[in-house]
Amino acid sequence: MSTPVQPSSATAAGVSITGLHKSYGDNAVLKGIDLTVAPGEVVCLIGPSGSGKSTLLRCINLLEQPGAGTIEVGGFEATDPDVDVDRMRRSVGMVFQQFNLFPHLTVLRNCTISQEKVLKRPRREAEQVALAQLEAVGLGHLAHRFPAELSGGQQQRVAIARALSMNPSLMLFDEPTSALDPETVGDVLAIMRKLAQQGMTMVVVTHEMGFAREVADQVVFMDGGKVVEAGPAEDVIGNPQAPRTQDFLRRVLDPTHVTVDED
Amino acid sequence: MAMTARQRSRVTKTIQLLVLLAVILALILATNWQRLGAAFFDFKDLGPMFPDVILVGMRNTLLYTLTSFVFGLVVGLILALMRRSEFPPYRWIATVIVEFFRGVPALLVLLTFGFGVPLAFGTTWPMWVNVMLALGLVSAAYIAETLRAGLQAVPKGQLEAARSLGMPAWRAMVSIVIPQAFRIVLPPLTNEIILLTKDSSLVYVLGVTAAQFEITKFANDAINQYPAGITPLVVGGLLYLVITLPLTALSRWFERRSTATSRGKKTLTETAGQKQETQA
Repeated sequence: MSTPVQPSSATAAGVSITGLHKSYGDNAVLKGIDLTVAPGEVVCLIGPSGSGKSTLLRCINLLEQPGAGTIEVGGFEATDPDVDVDRMRRSVGMVFQQFNLFPHLTVLRNCTISQEKVLKRPRREAEQVALAQLEAVGLGHLAHRFPAELSGGQQQRVAIARALSMNPSLMLFDEPTSALDPETVGDVLAIMRKLAQQGMTMVVVTHEMGFAREVADQVVFMDGGKVVEAGPAEDVIGNPQAPRTQDFLRRVLDPTHVTVDED
Repeated sequence: MAMTARQRSRVTKTIQLLVLLAVILALILATNWQRLGAAFFDFKDLGPMFPDVILVGMRNTLLYTLTSFVFGLVVGLILALMRRSEFPPYRWIATVIVEFFRGVPALLVLLTFGFGVPLAFGTTWPMWVNVMLALGLVSAAYIAETLRAGLQAVPKGQLEAARSLGMPAWRAMVSIVIPQAFRIVLPPLTNEIILLTKDSSLVYVLGVTAAQFEITKFANDAINQYPAGITPLVVGGLLYLVITLPLTALSRWFERRSTATSRGKKTLTETAGQKQETQA
């Protein structure tokens, strides 16, 4: 991973969310979220499971249909019923917890199929872009393997290369290291750090507090479908004000710490 | 006398083998080989069955089977997609069709299309079209269920990843979901075409002309023409195997080829892919 991640030719996009609500039946998952991500900014969403952070992330590229509120992504009004979802998604890369590589396609084909079918790039150009991205995540030599032959960490790095091959102006990460073996987490985080340094707009759902602290411009703590606390990492993680944030961080940063008054 | 576990297992295996050999020996001794040969394996007078049993019988069996299978596959795919539709009436219609044709005997459907439909609608389609419609609809009902299961077995994350890369729904279906589903449904589809091959023998109930005979009808008629016991049926059976065994081999080959491309630490991605998306 000596070579840097290929800089994206697209310009970084911002995200602007106001009054976002989302429920599944009677179960309200998001209860009025306001969030602004400036172009080039890295935002980490943290919070206990079930707090709605993954749902919020998935609303941004409309994998979940928002109930109420508005989402604007790089000039696209995502919540407009007439929005061209497929066009919007071209500029929004997404990395999943479970990688979701296409198992029937080689690593290289994983990275080229969408370039060819969606962006209509010629195969030769698509392969050049894909190889450069794979090279950048240190996996150029595995281009002709199938995903099942790769380790989890390698698969996730391919997934990042696949998303970057589309030259997105915004990258969404949904717990990208949660399914990985501990020793491979570092490789993935290193790539994300590099990407952040290059000015990519990133929204990251994560439990990696060290990463959030180091890389995030803004940390958002969510609980119960609401934003409890948001601000610079040194404030939210270093000096949390809300009791729920303090409690959450205590549990995450010191897992051996046991509180008796659990509700 | 105390025996180790290994010794005990060796003794058990030896006893099983001896019993099996004894049963086979008893069967061989109890059989009247001359009578058996005369009833089943009297091939010497069957020369005149050829080549028509192949050029007409086998040809028609293949014609009925392949047309029904292709028709069944197309209708089955449509039914499978209808059952996944977000438009409820499509789901209802598809469910009724699937449950009906799965629930009634193929023989009954064949009789309906062979006699009932021409009578009611005044149609004068060639024989093979009636057969294609009847057997095709019956197998479409089964194929629809197979395909639906195959589509469902592809993890939801695959579709989400494809859509996140900007692919429209139809493109994600064609390039990502259906190729993966196809691997899953290949063995049951092979099963279906083998069942169809054998179901095509039902066509005799439609009172076919000599040119429309398939293998079973041909063999059955040959019993009355040649004094060879039921040996013509054995010939017919062998011809069915000539059709079905290569199909099985072909399916195995496809399976091997597709697992070869995705071998390795398979369980990692597969189990990971399946349990995802349960959390919000």
